[in-house]
Amino acid sequence: MNSTHSGGENNALELRIDRKTYVNADGVAVDVIRGLQLRLGAGEFGALIGPSGCGKTTVLRIVAGLDTAFDGECRWPGERRLGVVFQEPCLLPWRTVDDNIRLVLPPDRAKADLTDLIGTLGLASHRAHYPGELSLGLARRVAIARAFAINPDLLLLDEPFVSLDEAVAARLREELKALTGSRNVTTLMVTHDLDEAVQLADHLFFLSDRPARVVLEHRLTVARALRTDAFVRATTDELRAALSRLDR
Amino acid sequence: MLARVLSLSALIAIWFVAAAVAHSRLLPGPLAVAGGLLADIRSGELPFELGCTLARVVAAFAIALVLGSIIGFLMGRSNRFNRYADPWLIILINLPALVTIIFAYMWIGLNETAAILAVALNKLPNMAVVMREGARALDPRLDDMASAFRLPVMTRIRHVLVPQLAPYLAAGARSGLSIIWKIVLVVELIGRPNGVGFVMGTAFSLFDMTKLLSYAISFIVIMLVIEHLVVQPLEQHAFRWRKQRA
Repeated sequence: MNSTHSGGENNALELRIDRKTYVNADGVAVDVIRGLQLRLGAGEFGALIGPSGCGKTTVLRIVAGLDTAFDGECRWPGERRLGVVFQEPCLLPWRTVDDNIRLVLPPDRAKADLTDLIGTLGLASHRAHYPGELSLGLARRVAIARAFAINPDLLLLDEPFVSLDEAVAARLREELKALTGSRNVTTLMVTHDLDEAVQLADHLFFLSDRPARVVLEHRLTVARALRTDAFVRATTDELRAALSRLDR
Repeated sequence: MLARVLSLSALIAIWFVAAAVAHSRLLPGPLAVAGGLLADIRSGELPFELGCTLARVVAAFAIALVLGSIIGFLMGRSNRFNRYADPWLIILINLPALVTIIFAYMWIGLNETAAILAVALNKLPNMAVVMREGARALDPRLDDMASAFRLPVMTRIRHVLVPQLAPYLAAGARSGLSIIWKIVLVVELIGRPNGVGFVMGTAFSLFDMTKLLSYAISFIVIMLVIEHLVVQPLEQHAFRWRKQRA
């Protein structure tokens, strides 16, 4: 039910946040994260699970380099090619789907053939559309395509399926499984949905309320393709029981 | 379109009747003004004077647009810079155009530099105010996206920043153009030996209403041409994505 923290592997994500604070409206410094450590092996899919507002997104922002005001250290994997899927799709409304995806490509890959990627995500007929013409589900697909277009070494996903209806979310989860399964990409996903985490991730990190720290780690050794509904149900029950034991 | 044509035709008809009734050199009819206009075009006087004015408008507009946009952007992005620059901006906004023009002519001299600078200084604070609001309205999520994907600086400016500022830039440019046209005429009236303002000043001293009207009309026509052939097509191109809605 837990695993030990180990380091030393070059192509891994290693994060240590000793302390992260923010100043509230009254000018008081509030601890958001304290003593949080996590390590993801190369190619591993990790999930950060925790209650709303506990600081999950802050952890992701720190890993993405968008928030550098913290005490601690974050080591990146590989060649520092980072793909991010934000909670909001964050597309440029004045660029078409194709142009939004190509925006992040380095100049030497500007004309890269993205047909497979776009096809996998079901965007082939939407390449010339503007984001304003897309549903939220399609916009999220574009955001996922954009993150994968750069062949990331590290992929960060911030609740990528939130506020989608379950059928769309399930289909997108399958597409994400296919994309991460066919690439050696280290992935860290923030979610509050334990079922989703068990379906997708290899390594689960449960965060406490503020100030956030990892209270429980769990590795899933069963291949993602073999995780049946029954397996997901049994595992989530087991994990909920472990969390309630921790609460006591 | 039909309504516009009818409305303008009615205006010309009223003018025609009023001129016929008044029968005075202070209100020449449309035909007399059109004759004067054609004569000035044939002699080359009108194109030359319009060209001089247009060159001043373009120069002053470019300076006000570029400097005003940069200053406004910096004020919108930095509270500290805004605190220091805001009093200057308030003074410049409230300084009457005529005062700026006279100061410029007295300090720099009766030359092109003073004329263009005076016009640019009149428009610059308005442009800065508009762009400050634009910079304040920038979407931080798009900024995060650009940072996370390590977009190069020029890509960020061109594809993330400028399109967000474009509506403010367009609004500032459009209002700026209309203000600058008017101020350039005053600048020319007071201290330049050519341009539409200079000609109108001379016509005023000679009570030559035909010339005043012919230059005023040609001026309006030029503004309409710029509006329809330059400003509107540019806006339509820049905002073509807004037509697309789910």
